[in-house]
Amino acid sequence: MELTNSILLAVILINFFTLGSARLGACVRIVAVQGALLALLPIMVHGVTLHSTLLAAGAFCFKGVIIPWMLLRAIQRVRIRREMEPIVGFVPTLILGTLTTAGTFLFADFLPLISAHHEGLYVPTALATIFSGFLLLITRRKAITLVLGYLILENGIFIFGVLLSEALPLMVETGVLLDLLVGVFVMGIVMDQISREFSTLNTERLSALKE
Amino acid sequence: MTLLGGGLLLIMLAGVPGLFCRSDEHGGERFAALLTLVGAVCIGAAIVSATRGSGELSHTFAWSVPGASLAFYLDPLAICFLLPLLIIVATGAIYGLRYWPHREHPANGRKLRLFYGLISGAMILLLLARNGVLFLMAWEVMAISGYFLITTEDHQAEVRRAGFIYLIATHTGTLALFALFVLLGPSTGSLDFPAAGTLAATGSSLIFLLGLFGFGMKAGLMPLHIWLPGAHAAAPSHASALLSGVMIKTGIYGLVRLTSLFAEIPAWWGWTVLLLGAVSGIMGVALALAQHDIKRLLAYHSVENIGIIALGLGIALLGRSYDQPALIVLGLSGCLLHVVNHGLFKALLFLSAGSVIHAVGSRQIDHYGGLLKLQPWTGAMFLGGAVAICGLPPLNGFVSEWLIYLGSFQALKQPGSALAAAVLAAPVLALIGGLALACFVKVFGIAFLGEPRTTAAAQAHEAPVAMLAPMVTLLVACTWIGLLPTTLHTLLQKAVGTWAGTVVAGVATGSVAPLRWISLSAWLLLLLVVVLFAVVRWRSRTAPRELGTWGCGYRFPAVRMQYTASSFADFLIRLFAFGLNSEEHGRQVAGLFPLRQTFSSHTPDAVLDRILVPAFRAGSWLCRRLRAWFHNGSIARYLLYVIVTVIVLLTLFTP
Amino acid sequence: MLGSLVLHLVLLLVFAPLWLGIIIKAKALFGGRVGAPLLQPYYDLARLWRKGFVFSRTTTWVFLAGPVVGLLVPLLASLLIPFGGIDAPVSFEGDLILFVYLFALARFFTVASALDTGSSFEGMGAAREVTFSCLAEPTVLFALLVLARLADGLSLNQLFGDHLGQAWQGGAGASLGLILVCLFVVLLVENSRIPFDDPTTHLELTMVHEVMALDHSGPLLGMILYGAALKMMVMSALLVRLAVPWQTGWWLTDAGLFLAGLVGVSLLVGIIESTMARLRMPRIPQVLIGTSLLSIFALVLVLR
Repeated sequence: MELTNSILLAVILINFFTLGSARLGACVRIVAVQGALLALLPIMVHGVTLHSTLLAAGAFCFKGVIIPWMLLRAIQRVRIRREMEPIVGFVPTLILGTLTTAGTFLFADFLPLISAHHEGLYVPTALATIFSGFLLLITRRKAITLVLGYLILENGIFIFGVLLSEALPLMVETGVLLDLLVGVFVMGIVMDQISREFSTLNTERLSALKE
Repeated sequence: MTLLGGGLLLIMLAGVPGLFCRSDEHGGERFAALLTLVGAVCIGAAIVSATRGSGELSHTFAWSVPGASLAFYLDPLAICFLLPLLIIVATGAIYGLRYWPHREHPANGRKLRLFYGLISGAMILLLLARNGVLFLMAWEVMAISGYFLITTEDHQAEVRRAGFIYLIATHTGTLALFALFVLLGPSTGSLDFPAAGTLAATGSSLIFLLGLFGFGMKAGLMPLHIWLPGAHAAAPSHASALLSGVMIKTGIYGLVRLTSLFAEIPAWWGWTVLLLGAVSGIMGVALALAQHDIKRLLAYHSVENIGIIALGLGIALLGRSYDQPALIVLGLSGCLLHVVNHGLFKALLFLSAGSVIHAVGSRQIDHYGGLLKLQPWTGAMFLGGAVAICGLPPLNGFVSEWLIYLGSFQALKQPGSALAAAVLAAPVLALIGGLALACFVKVFGIAFLGEPRTTAAAQAHEAPVAMLAPMVTLLVACTWIGLLPTTLHTLLQKAVGTWAGTVVAGVATGSVAPLRWISLSAWLLLLLVVVLFAVVRWRSRTAPRELGTWGCGYRFPAVRMQYTASSFADFLIRLFAFGLNSEEHGRQVAGLFPLRQTFSSHTPDAVLDRILVPAFRAGSWLCRRLRAWFHNGSIARYLLYVIVTVIVLLTLFTP
Repeated sequence: MLGSLVLHLVLLLVFAPLWLGIIIKAKALFGGRVGAPLLQPYYDLARLWRKGFVFSRTTTWVFLAGPVVGLLVPLLASLLIPFGGIDAPVSFEGDLILFVYLFALARFFTVASALDTGSSFEGMGAAREVTFSCLAEPTVLFALLVLARLADGLSLNQLFGDHLGQAWQGGAGASLGLILVCLFVVLLVENSRIPFDDPTTHLELTMVHEVMALDHSGPLLGMILYGAALKMMVMSALLVRLAVPWQTGWWLTDAGLFLAGLVGVSLLVGIIESTMARLRMPRIPQVLIGTSLLSIFALVLVLR
């Protein structure tokens, strides 16, 4: 229990870091660490069973290794290092992130959950992570940060999923992961196209494509 | 009662004899100051004799005005507001002798003295009044005299504008108070104030909101502070000291008195006051930091300190809603003590700022510099005031802020309840304290230290004794409260008792907040600093003093290269850019060898200049358009209006 | 009471400059040098105290007040805090606020004495100093709130009492860890260490704290340096107590444990100074706001 709480706390701290940091490489790496940490959760919650091991291994491969590796390669290829001029500044997003996190902690107490879930940090962490992902998606311009936002969003959903993984067949989990992977592929292609077309990665330029 | 009434009349009418003197000689002014002093001493004596006795004084006379009676009542709560009032009125009257002598200001000297007396008397009356009509009368006399004090120099357009805004604001507030007393009336039967803790809270939300608006407008709580900066900057310094030190506190008095009438307090009242306090505190000090005009800056600090007072009141209100005696005692003692303290140190700061303005002839901080050498006493007084207003230990500001801090920490003892959110008052206070420190170190450092920035500042002279003595008195009062806070302990205890009734009977301030220790540490700190300072001073008595400051390798440093007030505050202001919206011109330097560059920055008021003025302008534009459309001179259309009106009236009023 | 007062003052006054020596030594070792002897700060202080005074003609008595208050404040503040297992000699309900505000007083006079010289470099340092400490102040208060939530009373002695041992193992461990990090950042900021400030740089434009003392020389500079050392020790003492909340009951072992903890903090500071670059100036407020937010989060965790 103590260890899972520490992991979940680390997850939240990583959310804060990604919200407050401008360096893309560091963000990708730290989100990879987040994914790897989350991969430990199924085993710690449900013990070593086939289901949980598969889930953990899959999560580790996708979240911790493959997607971050692809993102790092993308960063190298388009040669950008920093998120410049986000739509909302770093400090305001960080403040918003903390406020929403604090809010989820207060909110989670009012949710009609079974008592086992009331105790731990699972539900608030999951909600906070989802919100952090949304915040990242809303406030940033660079396509890579947007992908990171999706990744963090999925991490949040994953924490919820861990709580339910007994009831949830493996197929659903895999489906979510696959969706994400496809999403990353698409984004990769889009990123490549944007950078080739406009020599920048700002998604705002895409609006020039209308009609 | 004779003493009280006599003193009241003396203070109120102190300026009248002057009306019969020649306007260009000093005949009336000394007499007015003497009358004010005697009046203050009389009232002081009345207060002392009242506290020796039962602690309360009550007289009611019949009055022919319907619903009204001349009900006077002196209780510890009023005494808390009266004490600083008397000190400030008396010191201000003496200060005015040299600051605004008739001989130099024949046009407005008599007017200033008349209204100075009137406003002081009206405020004393207001604090004693226990009847709605009497209260409103005193309130209105105070408001109108305040207007004439602000517009003392009515030949300046800026002063007239400030006065006009003040007049609008204060009457909007008074309107709310009229409604408030009308609503209070039916529940009690007469317009006399009901006894403390007797009104039911149900259905009184409107009363509270009206009170919050009306009294908050006078107190200058953040969104309602629009009149305050301009008014305090425009008035003569000793009048500003009175306005800022005492008049805005009548708003707080109204809120405290109003909330004391209710038997129980809904929790949202406390939260609202707390929130408004936090907003006023932080935004007030941030706006103050961005000012270049020393009196505007001090005025914004009044907004900040009203915020701190409101934080204390909010904590006390929450204590009543959640039945926490410790919160009530600490919050309200902090609130009341800060009322006293702010009156004292803000008056001290306004008076010493006045002495600087008198000597240099400018209100811009960036025109000063190096004044501590030329005005050693004024500088020391300002430093004392600055240390006190930042809430730093050996002086009085610390004691009251400390009580409010402890009040908010008490909320931690209630885990799981919503009350725990009140602990956020503590970090808010810390932020306010840090920003206030930055602001006052800026003012003191730029104005009094370094080299003179203008020739006027280089030729400044020390203020005469008649101006210094009031400042010294105020500083002594500040130091007194800082070093011996225990002397005010009984008064605060009784005042909290009158406000909250028997709930707090078991909790003594001393048990939850050991004031003795604070007093002891303040003494120790002062003693050690004085001793070590004397040692260093003695050891350095023969040191060479003719060298220039090291210019980091640059050979020809000039006075214009010194850090200015705007450059000092720039870093912090940019952090608060989201709420301040400073306007800047010319930050960038273009080219390799730029010849002449100017930089100017200006921070307009966040509410008045950013919201209200544009909103009213849009409103008047809309009305003008509507009028042009309705009222366009075509007879046929007017006839149509008549027909439509008749039809509407017929359909509405035929059964 | 008197015994513990003497012990406190002796520990503080004797050992304070040593930690600076350890930091400098650690940095030298990381740089592959032998470095100055451990006791170098003591020699420096003795040398400075013997020198004479030199004043700029711009300065006034405020110039002296900065070092005086800066030296006395940490001395008084140290009486309010426990040194490891040794209880504070002076302790009363609400002394935590006094502790915070004493340092604010020192800051006021340090900054005023910097502005007294009229030099724009010192003005620059002064402006930065007030800005950063403004932002650090809420963090300290949030940390104190977390500790006050776990303790029974509102004195620093109770806040840093031996209940912290159980609190670490109980549910509050995460919060305590967070505020430990936050307070460490505050320690680095307030004591002008890398990555926030570089006391050894030769460029006045980039300094924060040191640039304010540019015109102070001789005994005044000595008082500033000594005061800074005392302040560092006082703040590290809180960290040590927070991180190692055990006490043996015998004052000698307690003092030993405490000093060992302080060696640890100094080494940590030295390692950070050797391995990190200093932050760009606009980043510092962001980091400080970040730590405030972390401490808010810690408070939410314990209030839940």
